[in-house]
Amino acid sequence: MAKAASAGIPRAQAAAPPAVSKVSTPAGIGNRERPDEPKAYAASKEEMLEFYRQMLLIRRFEEKAGQLYGLGLIGGFCHLYIGQEAVAVGLQSALTVGRDSVVTGYRDHGHMLAYGIDPNVIMAELTGRAAGISKGKGGSMHMFSVEHGFYGGHGIVGAQVSIGAGLGFKHKYAEDGGLALVYFGDGAANQGQVYESFNMAELWKLPVIFVIENNQYAMGTSVNRASAEDQLYRRGESFRIPGIQVDGMDVLAVRGAAEEAKAWVQAGKGPILLELKTYRYRGHSMSDPAKYRSREEVQSVRDKSDPIDHLAKLLEGEGVSADELKALDKDIRKIVADSAAFAEESPEPDLSELYTNVLVDTY
Amino acid sequence: MPIELKMPALSPTMEEGTLSKWLVKEGDTVKSGDILAEIETDKATMEFEAVDEGTVTKILIAEGSDGVKVGTVIAMIAGEDEDASAPSEPAKPAAEAPKAEAKADAAVPAPEGGEVSNQMPTAARALVAAVADTRDDLEVPAGTELVKMTVREALKEAMAEEMRSDDRIFVMGEEVAEYQGAYKVTQGLLAEFGPKRVIDTPITEYGFAGIGTGAAMAGLRPIVEFMTFNFAMQAIDHIINSAAKTNYMSGGQMRCPIVFRGPNGAAARVGAQHSQNYAPWYASVPGLIVIAPYSAADAKGLLKAAIRSNDPVVFLENELLYGQSFDVPKLDDYVLPIGKARIVKEGKDVTLVSYTIGVGVALEAAKKLAEDGIDAEVIDLRTIRPLDRQTVLKSLAKTNRMVVVEEGWPTCSVASEIMALAMEEGFDDLDAPVLRVTNIDVPLPYAANLETEALLKVGDVIEAAKKVCYK
Repeated sequence: MAKAASAGIPRAQAAAPPAVSKVSTPAGIGNRERPDEPKAYAASKEEMLEFYRQMLLIRRFEEKAGQLYGLGLIGGFCHLYIGQEAVAVGLQSALTVGRDSVVTGYRDHGHMLAYGIDPNVIMAELTGRAAGISKGKGGSMHMFSVEHGFYGGHGIVGAQVSIGAGLGFKHKYAEDGGLALVYFGDGAANQGQVYESFNMAELWKLPVIFVIENNQYAMGTSVNRASAEDQLYRRGESFRIPGIQVDGMDVLAVRGAAEEAKAWVQAGKGPILLELKTYRYRGHSMSDPAKYRSREEVQSVRDKSDPIDHLAKLLEGEGVSADELKALDKDIRKIVADSAAFAEESPEPDLSELYTNVLVDTY
Repeated sequence: MPIELKMPALSPTMEEGTLSKWLVKEGDTVKSGDILAEIETDKATMEFEAVDEGTVTKILIAEGSDGVKVGTVIAMIAGEDEDASAPSEPAKPAAEAPKAEAKADAAVPAPEGGEVSNQMPTAARALVAAVADTRDDLEVPAGTELVKMTVREALKEAMAEEMRSDDRIFVMGEEVAEYQGAYKVTQGLLAEFGPKRVIDTPITEYGFAGIGTGAAMAGLRPIVEFMTFNFAMQAIDHIINSAAKTNYMSGGQMRCPIVFRGPNGAAARVGAQHSQNYAPWYASVPGLIVIAPYSAADAKGLLKAAIRSNDPVVFLENELLYGQSFDVPKLDDYVLPIGKARIVKEGKDVTLVSYTIGVGVALEAAKKLAEDGIDAEVIDLRTIRPLDRQTVLKSLAKTNRMVVVEEGWPTCSVASEIMALAMEEGFDDLDAPVLRVTNIDVPLPYAANLETEALLKVGDVIEAAKKVCYK
């Protein structure tokens, strides 16, 4: 397994125990069947390049979004995914678009890009334009693509977990072979409805991969200031949902865990819980006071654990030159610049759109 | 003295029941805790336990008897020191109570004097007193056969009919399957549709409302039953934030065709936390359809429409109405339009606007007002959102006077909304201020006398109607 890309991820606050380096298995749950320990995904060079491209697209897209926010082109809340790219790319590369469903909270740009949704319509939604994926009526937190099986984009912390269990319910009910991938954060992991959903998902053996993206902070509250059991992969134990802790800064480790989780769920064994240890470089939203962690802490993760740098090193080992990666970055910067231009130049929604889509039918 | 065993009240709303089965026979010795009989109430089939020890000397009501009023003497027990061989009769013979050999389907009249001796006092009973007077002028083809049906049966038929024609429809909620519904609304659905489509949930409203919402977003057509809408408070986030706003937030891309249904409003003596009308809450939310029917025909036709709707629907039923019977057209597919009010009684002097259980109160008031020469028109809104403003305004233009009758609190109520509508769009038609008659603005008390005081009253409606007529 690609070792310890997460070695530099701090556990917030002084009493930090040693950083988690790899998958853990909870002890003491008897003879229940458990998924195998995931192995790092054996990616081909082409696959690694594609992961790199996708992660870089998310990184550059989010940097641009942050910039547009600063220019006043994006309003309200805007939650950036910088630092967490390996999670979305590693997990969603294992899914089948159109068969499997994905649902997430409000930090959703990266999950959409990882599912192949056009950056232009995402950026245009951020700027509130008619060409946005929700016609400009959803905004950063509320984007959907039913065509892709991407079900949002939800602003109430934890609500997507029950909704995601409902997506899994549909796959089982319709016997369509699909599964639901349900993202939530370490903050949402303390919401009551998460456990109501765990209970029913296991009771009814729903094909759901629950994914806790543990980026260490719920807004400004660190995991161990908010969670009595801070090993979040264990949170499914009392529902008999097996949990796996994964290095979320290593895309190949993430993809390996995704394969294991997919196999478990598709075998009809019910849901599984993955805890992805990751880190958010930017603030919770654009108006983050950054008082709850030190600049050194953030810089240390960037220097030691960056998921993109990590993959770049692996690619170099595969004989991909720095120039090739630079050229790829240039292409991506162009895509992102074009999406920003598209988002800026597209007209705002027609005022008549105010009244449309409230109801589907006419009464 | 021999002990009289009386038909017990086994639920807050039970007036009568079926003596399904005797588990003892004359001559048997019983002790406390023994199961004597199975009694089917308006809510469930329940076991009736012995409290006293002794010998069953006489069974007075045969098993299979329907309509046994609460308080009817159903059997006699001789105590230990009594002569069990001596035939015993009730001290005050239940006048016409059939003997053990009575036919199984015999209707059993109330005990002597027609008065039910140990019926729980509740003002809730008065709220449904007018049901028997309801005359439905149903909009159906001439010659359509009408059948008497309870609201409960009508709701069940609506679900069963829709489930037969669309595999995407399923029902989930607490006790909807094996228990046959906490209020028996889903009775029999498990047997017909199986556990895949009739799903018992744990007691986790927030969770299963979210699961239903997600399933609807993914293309299924869930019917989510709340045991009562009081418990839907735990789930209101999904109803409003997840279900109602999805279509708009997605620019029309993602739909949420789901029905949230269950009893709403005050029941009988169940206290403050189980007695609230949520119609105004949900009716304030764009993106939701809110339906609150009164009659069985409307319950059936509108629930079918709700299930077919591509929008999220909050369907507010009423426990006190579940057991009331109305005419329902015998048609293969009786579906009513959402968003259309109904004039339940025409009149020219004053308009009484109401919905759900308040309609009966308004009808009762109209009957009494007629005796005083006031001809009231009664409107049943049926759908609260979207509101049928035209029917209300047209009636106001005709009568020039309006009273809103609502079983709920007065503040920020549906009544408030109707009054605002009359002000904004019907001002020139008004010959008097619009008045509202509602429950008292307090949490619903338990004590029978306080409950009576707190709930909507016919007398207050009459008084308000006279006031706006300046009589």
